[in-house]
Amino acid sequence: MAIGWYLTVSALIFCIGAVGVVTRPNPLVILLCLELMLNAGNLALVAFSRMWGGEDGQVFALIVLVVAACEVTVGLGMIVAIYRRQLPINVDELDELHG
Amino acid sequence: MSATTFGWLILLFPLVGTIVIALGFRLLPGVAAGWLATLAIALAFGAAIGALISLLGHSETHRELTSSLWNYDVSVGVDAKLSILVDPLSIFMALIVSGVSTLIHIYSIAYMQSDRGYNRYFAYLNYFVFSMLLLVMAGNFVLLIVGWAFVGAASYLLISFWYRRTTATSAGIKAFVINVFGDVGLVLGTFFIYRHTGTVDFLKTFAAAPHVFHHNSTDLVAGCLLLLVGAFAKSAQVPLHTWLPDAMEGPTPVSALIHAATMVTAGVYLIARMHPLFEIATTAADVGAIVGCLTLIVAATIAIVQTDIKRVIAYSTMSQIGYMIMGVSIGAYSAGLFHLMTHAFFKALLFMAAGSLISAMGGEQSLDRMRGFRRAMPFTFACFVIGGLALSGLPPFSGWLSKDDIIGYLNNRGGGFEILGIFGYLGALLTGIYTFRMIFRAFFGEPCEEARELEQGHLVHHDIPTNPQTGEAEDTDVGFPGPAHHIAERDWAMKFPMAILALLAIIGGVLQIPGVDDSITRFLAPTFAGSRLYHLEPSTGTDWIGLIVGALIAVIGISTAYRIWIVKPGTSAALQARLGALHTFLYNKWYFDELIDLAVVRPAQWLGRFTGSVLERGVVGGAITGGTVGVVRAASATVRRAQTGFLRYYAAVVIVGLSAMALYFLISAS
Repeated sequence: MAIGWYLTVSALIFCIGAVGVVTRPNPLVILLCLELMLNAGNLALVAFSRMWGGEDGQVFALIVLVVAACEVTVGLGMIVAIYRRQLPINVDELDELHG
Repeated sequence: MSATTFGWLILLFPLVGTIVIALGFRLLPGVAAGWLATLAIALAFGAAIGALISLLGHSETHRELTSSLWNYDVSVGVDAKLSILVDPLSIFMALIVSGVSTLIHIYSIAYMQSDRGYNRYFAYLNYFVFSMLLLVMAGNFVLLIVGWAFVGAASYLLISFWYRRTTATSAGIKAFVINVFGDVGLVLGTFFIYRHTGTVDFLKTFAAAPHVFHHNSTDLVAGCLLLLVGAFAKSAQVPLHTWLPDAMEGPTPVSALIHAATMVTAGVYLIARMHPLFEIATTAADVGAIVGCLTLIVAATIAIVQTDIKRVIAYSTMSQIGYMIMGVSIGAYSAGLFHLMTHAFFKALLFMAAGSLISAMGGEQSLDRMRGFRRAMPFTFACFVIGGLALSGLPPFSGWLSKDDIIGYLNNRGGGFEILGIFGYLGALLTGIYTFRMIFRAFFGEPCEEARELEQGHLVHHDIPTNPQTGEAEDTDVGFPGPAHHIAERDWAMKFPMAILALLAIIGGVLQIPGVDDSITRFLAPTFAGSRLYHLEPSTGTDWIGLIVGALIAVIGISTAYRIWIVKPGTSAALQARLGALHTFLYNKWYFDELIDLAVVRPAQWLGRFTGSVLERGVVGGAITGGTVGVVRAASATVRRAQTGFLRYYAAVVIVGLSAMALYFLISAS
């Protein structure tokens, strides 16, 4: 199968994730969408690795998984902290950093 | 041990004393700090005696020894070393400083006993002695300047010792500012000399001076005049004298030690030490002599009308230092230094007696209120009279021999210096009058209330002590006039040093009786070996004629005071009414304070206000700071709008931005 299909799927998932991040106000959903984007990247990496016959892309994909796990840990921690302080679970309302 | 080892020990003991007391001030109980400090200074005195004995073991031509511990700096050709010079002059000074200091430390143990700042006091006092010894032992200009500045700092700390007194703190600031003015003179003068000789070491400078400077060369005269500025500021000579009377705000033992016996004589030491330079720059030396003469007259006339007993003694100190400065400036080195020594004895004694008297008055210093203490305080009275007689120059007291030594030299020198000699005699007459004015007013006549109480055995005690100067209540947390007063009649620690000093004030003169021993002249001869003027001593016969004239003048002065204040007690009031304008002029101290205020303080304040209101607010605050702030503020106001605080907006911007970049690279790559 040509690599184009893999990349098409990857791009599709990436776009879904990006649109989700931009449009949804719920931080949990934003985190999920971020995961989608990261894994779209992973898919592309693995596909390229397959195409060239090397292992580099696969190694990178593993590293991305690790980074994603860390990021989710921090992100979920923040969401729990927001919940504990009884703040709204809505990124639009958390806008104290405006200029 | 060699003389230089002793020289280092002289410096070491007071330094260790300072550090131990300063660091352990919370741990030292009761009067322990006082004894520790006394021990440190007594050891320094012992080391000075050791150095003296060791020095006398050398032959006369080998009595100038230097020793250095390490170099500060040799990188740009400055040979600044941590070096001391042990020669007859420095040992002479070290003996006086450490000896008188030991006695005054003992006195302070009792005098300051009820002060809350007891340990702080002794740490300061030891620091002062260390600084003064550093000043006199220094072997080069750099170390001299360090010691010079240190004693200024110590003097400041001790004048403002009772720091809750507004008068004391302002007096301290005044003294410090004037002293720093002198420091600047000293540093600049050193530079003028160093520029030509290329060395800061004393002995090398003196050896090089005759070769690089011709007689009265402009640079050397300028350098020596700048050195004189330093000497005048430290030694309270006109017009830089106004700090000394105010310095009487410090504790009385401090006045005795720093502002009478030791620190204020540093200028005399400086001129004597720099004698090879002053003998080349004779113009500068003449200026020194004239200013000294002026000071001795100005100060003596002021002393006649002042009512604060400590200020009278302070003006007397100025006047006597005027004699010394005049003496060493015209080449009467041994006479000037001899007077320095005897003056240290009898002036410290007078201050100690005055301290005892002030304690008996409960902190009150005005002569207007003191009266008839003769029977209540016989010991203090005796000491005061001995000090007064020595100060007035009555035979056989020490001041008689030393003061007339200077005047005799002046008259012998010729060349117009006789005029200064006549002023010297006039000063001696005034000295007799003002000294015995103090004695007659404080000790004779109908006893005042405090004296009568003391005769009954009750020492005066104020529940709420007030500052006699301003009338504001004293903060007893920082001490005197603290809860308890100490007088010499009741504390042996005050009595003992006074007795020793009284003895020295009587017999101190035997070291230098013309025609009999001249031991100071002979002892100091190695230091002044190269001097042209040192051996111009008057003959023994002339000396004795001078001494007899001096004694007659002292008798006239004392008997005048006796007539004015004892025989006809109304005379002084009548004179004051007749010569009202003169009295006001003298009482206001020749308006020197007002003059300095007008010439220096007010312009400086005006400049300060001008820069504060115009320069600071307009230029610095407006243009420089305000302009920068304005630009940053305007720029940030524009950029700030991009920061909306919406997370999704940021994410969208990132995605759009990255897509645009990717697109750009894709297009440019194809």
